[in-house]
Amino acid sequence: MAVAFDEMNGPGGELRSAYQELSRWLSDTPPDALEHRRHEAELLFRRIGITFAVYGDAEAQERLIPFDVIPRIISGKEWTLLEKGLKQRVRAINMFLRDIYHGRDILRANIIPDDLIFQNPVFRPEMNGQAVPHDVYVHIAGIDIVRVDAENFYVLEDNARTPSGVSYMLENREIMMRLFPDLFARHRVAPVEKYPDELLTALRSVAPLHASSEPTVALMTPGVYNSAYYEHSFLADKLGVELVEGRDLIVKSDEVFMRTTEGLKRVDVIYRRVDDEYLDPLTFRPDSALGVPGLMSAYMAGNVTLANAVGTGIADDKAVYSYMPEIVKFYLGEEPILKNVPTWRCREPADLAYVLDHLGELVVKEVHGSGGYGMLIGPAATKATIEAFRDKLKREPEGFIAQPTLALSTCPTCTASGLAPRHVDLRPFVLTGRDRVTIVPGGLTRVALKEGSLVVNSSQGGGTKDTWILDE
Amino acid sequence: MLSRTAENLYWLARYVERAEYLARTIEATLRVTALPNAYTGQGNEWDSALLTAGVSASFYGLYDEATEASVVEYLSFSPANPSSIRNCIENARLNSRSVRTALTSEMWDTINGAWIDLQEIWGKGAKTREELTKFLRFVQEISLRFDGSAYRTMLRNDAYWFSRLGLHLERADNTARILDVKYHVLLPEEEHVGGPLDYYQWTSILRSVSALTAYHWVYRETLKPWLIADLLILNDTLPRSLASCYGNLVRNLDQIGVAYGRQGAAQRHARGVRNRLEHSHMDDIFQRGVHEFIQEFIADNGRLGEIIAKQYLI
Repeated sequence: MAVAFDEMNGPGGELRSAYQELSRWLSDTPPDALEHRRHEAELLFRRIGITFAVYGDAEAQERLIPFDVIPRIISGKEWTLLEKGLKQRVRAINMFLRDIYHGRDILRANIIPDDLIFQNPVFRPEMNGQAVPHDVYVHIAGIDIVRVDAENFYVLEDNARTPSGVSYMLENREIMMRLFPDLFARHRVAPVEKYPDELLTALRSVAPLHASSEPTVALMTPGVYNSAYYEHSFLADKLGVELVEGRDLIVKSDEVFMRTTEGLKRVDVIYRRVDDEYLDPLTFRPDSALGVPGLMSAYMAGNVTLANAVGTGIADDKAVYSYMPEIVKFYLGEEPILKNVPTWRCREPADLAYVLDHLGELVVKEVHGSGGYGMLIGPAATKATIEAFRDKLKREPEGFIAQPTLALSTCPTCTASGLAPRHVDLRPFVLTGRDRVTIVPGGLTRVALKEGSLVVNSSQGGGTKDTWILDE
Repeated sequence: MLSRTAENLYWLARYVERAEYLARTIEATLRVTALPNAYTGQGNEWDSALLTAGVSASFYGLYDEATEASVVEYLSFSPANPSSIRNCIENARLNSRSVRTALTSEMWDTINGAWIDLQEIWGKGAKTREELTKFLRFVQEISLRFDGSAYRTMLRNDAYWFSRLGLHLERADNTARILDVKYHVLLPEEEHVGGPLDYYQWTSILRSVSALTAYHWVYRETLKPWLIADLLILNDTLPRSLASCYGNLVRNLDQIGVAYGRQGAAQRHARGVRNRLEHSHMDDIFQRGVHEFIQEFIADNGRLGEIIAKQYLI
C-alpha cells in the first residue's frame, strides 16, 4: 500500500494552498486551547442530543459520534469537478432505474448480465412497469467519495436507498461556527444551511401529478429506537413537516392519511427513512410493525410519492456498482467524470481466481453488506481471517466483490498525542427533483480515528469532521 | 398536529409535574418526621406519603415496612416503581425524543440535561439526607425550568395547549390525592378532634403544594383547617387548587375547540366540573362530606383524562 496523500501537507510535505490559513491558525493556537474547544464541542453535542444507537450494544444505547474540530478543506476548483461528476452519476442512476423497471435496454444491450438484476434480492418486481412522478427514483443520494492523490477522486459506494448523515453535515457546521468564529472569519466557506430548503423543494416537486398545489410532505421514521432517529427528527423539524411512524398513517381507498388531533389528513409525499421490506406488511415482511398496511397499493395507484422510490437498492448493490462507468456511458453518452475503484467481480471465474491469489492485498466486500461489516481488509487481516474469507468466497463467489486497498487521503486530526494524520472519506448529498439536480457545497467527512485504520464507519469507531468548500 | 405528538406532549407535561409533586411530598414528609413524636402524633407519615403518591399497594409488594429509607428509595430512585421520580424523568425524556419537532430547544435542553444529570450525578441515588435534599431541589428546578421555557418559548398553538392540559390534569390529581389522604385533619372546628397536634400536619400539607406562604397572604389568619381546605379546593388564585386547575383546563380546551372549530365531550365535561367547583361553598362540602367530595372529584378528573384521550389522542 502506497503512502497516503495528506490533504494539508502534500506528498513532498509542502503546505497545500487550501490549508494555508488553517495551518497558520493551528500554529498560533496553543494545544490546550484546542483541547478546551474540543471538550466544549462534545458537551454541545451531548446537550443537543445528537446521538446514534448501535444495535446490540445494550451498554451504550445512545452514543455520540466523535467529532473532530479540525475542518477538512476542499478547494473551490476541486469541488466544481466533484459537483459535476456527482450530478452526472446521479442522473445516470435515475435513468438506469427507470430502464430496469421498464424497457431494460441495458440488459438487451448485454451491458449488465440479467441474473445480476433478476436474482438480486433488492430487485423489486412490484415496480415493473410502475410509473413514478417525473421518473425520479433516487431523490436523495449519498455518494461516498475517497481521494488518493492531488488529482484523483474515486466513488467508493453509491447510497441510493435511505442514506443518512446529512444532519451531521448541518450540525457540525453550526457547532464549528459557534466555537471557531475567528477561523471562519479567515476563510470564505460556502454555506450548507440551504440543504433543508432544497430538500423540501425537491420533495414537493415530485408530488403525485394530481395532488394539490400545496402538497403535504411527511417524514416517516421507524421510530425512536432507530439508530438514525435523531437525524429523522432533526430533518422533520428543519423541513417543517410531520415526523410520522407507521402507526400514525392509515390507508383508505388507496389514499394515505395521517391521524391528527383534527381527524385524518391527506399525505402526498413521504420522505421515508424506512427500508423497502418494512414499508407495508401486506406486500413485504408480514411481521413488520413499522409499516402501513396498504401503503404499496396507494403507491401503485399513484396517490402518494415515496422518496426514495421502492426498489432503488438495485442501483447501490456493490456488484452493480462495478458497472457504473458503463451505465453512465450507456445513458448519457458521456465519459464518467468520477472514477470507480477498480473492482473484481467474484462471480466471474477469472476475477475470482485473481482475488483468491491476492487476498492478502485486497479489500473484499459483501455485495449486500453495509456499515463496514462483513468486510476483509487484506493487509490488516490475520492469516486465519483471510483463510475464513477464502472459504466463504469459494462457497458463494457471487456474494462478493474485491477492490485494491486504497490509500485513502489523510487530514490532520486531534489525537491523544496531538495533531496527527487520519484517513478520511466524504459523503456529499445529491438531491433530485422534478427538473433539477442540486448539491449543497459540502458533505459529511468521516474520519477513521484509529491510527492507520481505513474504516470510517461510525458503528466501528469512526468520527466526523466539518467539511469546508472554499468559495474562491 | 399528529395525535401521537399531542399524546406525547400531554404525557411529557404530566411526568414532569408528577416528578415535582413527588419531590415536594418527600420534602414535606422529611420535615414532619424530623419533629419529635409529641408534635405529630402516632401515624406513620411515610405511609401517608405512599398513599398520596398512589403507590401503596405496589410498595408493599416489595417491602415489609414503610421507613424513611425504603419510601425515599421507592419514590425517588426505584426502577421497580413505574412512577418513581427517576422513571418520571426517563419517561419525560422518552416522550420528548418522540416529539422533538414540537418542543422548543429550551424545553428539550431542560429535559435532556436533567436526564444526563440523573445518570451522571444521581446514578447511585442519594447517600445522605443532605444529598437527598439537593436531589429534591434538582427535581423541582427541572419542572420550574421546563414550565418556564414552555411559557416563554412555545408558540401559542395546539402543541402548547395539549401540554398545558397534561400539566393541569396531573396537578389537579395530585392536590386531590393529598386531600384524600389527609382530609381527616381538615375537618371544621366543631368536628375537630385532633387539637394542636395537627398543626404540623397542616403545614406539611401546605408545603407539599407550595402554599404555606400563600395561605397567610390569602387569609391573613393563623392556620385553620377549614381554610386550608378552602384554599386547596375552591380558591382559584392558588395555582395548585382544584378550582384553578379546572379554570385552566377549561381555558385550554376552549382554545383547542376554537382553533379546530369544534367542541366536544372534553369541553363539556371540564366545564361541568369547573361549574360545580365555582358554585360550591366549603360549608356544603363539609356537610356532604369532604371525603366523598374528593373521591368524586378524583373520579371526574380521571374521566376527563379518558375523554381527552378519546377525542384527540387516539
